[in-house]
Amino acid sequence: MAKLEIDGVTKSFNTARAGRVEALSTVSFTVGEGEFITLLGPSGCGKSTLLRIIAGLEEPSSGEVRLDGRPITGPGPERGMVFQSYTLFPWLTVRQNIEFGLELKGLPRSERRAVADRYLNLIGLSAFENALPKNLSGGMKQRVAIARALANDPEVLLMDEPFGALDAQTRAVMQEVLLGAWEESRKTILFVTHDVEEAIFLADRVLVMTARPGKIKAVIEVRLPRPRPFSLKTAPEFLRLKEEALALIREETLKAVQMG
Amino acid sequence: MLNPKLFAPKEDIPRGLYTALGLACFLTILLIWSLLTYTGLVAPMFLPRPDQALKAGLSLLQGGSLTTDTALSVFRVSAGFFLAAALGVPLGILMGTLKVFEGLFEPVIGFIRYLPASAFIPLFILWLGLGEIEKIAVIFFGTFFQLTLMVMDATKNTPMELIEVSYTLGASRRDVFFKVILPYALPGIVDTLRITFGWAWTYLVVAEIVGATSGLGFMIMQSSRFLRPERIIVGILVIGLLGMITDALFKLIYRLSFPWLGKEGR
Repeated sequence: MAKLEIDGVTKSFNTARAGRVEALSTVSFTVGEGEFITLLGPSGCGKSTLLRIIAGLEEPSSGEVRLDGRPITGPGPERGMVFQSYTLFPWLTVRQNIEFGLELKGLPRSERRAVADRYLNLIGLSAFENALPKNLSGGMKQRVAIARALANDPEVLLMDEPFGALDAQTRAVMQEVLLGAWEESRKTILFVTHDVEEAIFLADRVLVMTARPGKIKAVIEVRLPRPRPFSLKTAPEFLRLKEEALALIREETLKAVQMG
Repeated sequence: MLNPKLFAPKEDIPRGLYTALGLACFLTILLIWSLLTYTGLVAPMFLPRPDQALKAGLSLLQGGSLTTDTALSVFRVSAGFFLAAALGVPLGILMGTLKVFEGLFEPVIGFIRYLPASAFIPLFILWLGLGEIEKIAVIFFGTFFQLTLMVMDATKNTPMELIEVSYTLGASRRDVFFKVILPYALPGIVDTLRITFGWAWTYLVVAEIVGATSGLGFMIMQSSRFLRPERIIVGILVIGLLGMITDALFKLIYRLSFPWLGKEGR
C-alpha cells in the first residue's frame, strides 16, 4: 500500500480582485514508503498549497489526502514540515529547538538529549548547540529546522522550498546535507521547489506541475545511483534529465507569465 | 573630522557620542533657561531662576512635604497602573490570540479609549468621592484601554509560520498558546507596559489637580495659586525624574529578560 495518497485534491478560493480563483485542479498521485519526491513547478502553480493541504494546514476544496490509508483532517506530528521562511523559535537555543517536538511528546530528558545529539551531529552543528537563532546564518537555520523536523521522527517530511532563500553555493551544500540525512533516516520526503537542478538531484521521482491551476503535467523517473555526489550534476544522464525537465517547465512558465 | 556616516539612515553611532548628545540637549535647555532668567529677560514670577528652583526643592525636601507628596503620587500611579496591567495584559493576550474575543471587545475598547479621562473626573467624583479610589480610577481609566489594545497588537505579531510549524511538531492549541504565542509576545508586552507607565504619570497630574489635598499634582496646583512658580518647576522636574527612572528600569528588565532578541528587535 502507498504511504501517502493524494486523491483528487482540488483547491479554489475567493479573492477580492479576481473572484473565485482555481489554485489546484484535480491532483492525484501516490508516494511510496521511503520515497523522495520533488514537486517541480513555476511560481504560483499551487505546489505550496498542495503541500500545505498534505500538512493539514489547509483544507482541500474537494478530494482527500490519506496517510497509511487514514484521511488527513488537520496538522499532526506524523507529517513534519520545513518552511521556506526561517521558523526557528528565536528564544530557544539550537538544541532546545531540536528538542521542541520531543518535549511535547513527553520524552524524558536523557532521551531527548540523545536524539538531539544525533541530529546535531548529522547536520554538523554540534558546536552550536547552545547558540541562539539570531547568531546563525540562513543555511544554519535551515539545517536546524530540518534537524528539528527529523528528530520528531515523522512518517513523512514535507519541505516547502526550504533552500529558496539561500544563495546558490549554500543551497548546493544544503542539498548534499539533506541527502546525507535522508540516506540515514530513509524518511518519505515530499519536497517542493522551482529549481530544476535541485528537483532532479534530490528525487527518486520528479512530479512536474502545470501553471495555475496546478495539476501534474509529467512524472520524471530519476534512476541515478545513490549516494549522489555533487559531481553528478554534470554527468550526461543528469543533463539529459535536466533538459527534459527544463523543456516541460519552460512551457508552463511561459503560460504563467502570459496569465500575469 | 565629521564622519559622514553619522547622518546615514538607521546607521549606528558610537555609544559615547549617543550619551553625550542626550546630555548636551539637557545642558542646552538649562543654558537657555539660565539665559532667559539671569539676564532678566523673563521676570522670576513667570519663570524662576534655576537657583531659585533648586532652593525651593531643597526647602520642600527639608520640610518633608516633597517626600510625602512624591510617595503618595507614586502610590497612586502604581496602584492605577498595576490594576490596569493586571486586567489589560490577560485581556489583551486573549484578544490577540482568539478572534472571538477581539471581535467582542475591540470595538468597545476602541470607542472608550478616545473618551478623555479628564472629562470623567466629575463623574468619578460623583461615584467614588474624593478619596484615593477616585484618583486610582482616573489613572486606570487613562491607561487600561490603550494598554489592552497594545498588548493585543503585540500578541497578534506572532508569525503564523511559527504557529503552523508547532502544529506540525505535534503541538496542541494549548501548547501553541503557552509555548509559542506567549514567549514570542512577551517582549512586546513589557515594552507596552513601559510606554503606558509613562502615560499613567500624565493622568496622575490630571487626577491630582482636581479635588486632591496631597500629591505632586496638588502641590503644583497650590503653588500656582500662591504664585510660587519655582515650586511648580520642582514638581515638574520630580515627575520627569521619576518617569525617567521607571523607563530605565523597564529597559533594563527588557534587556536582561530577552537576550534572544536580535539587533533589529527580533
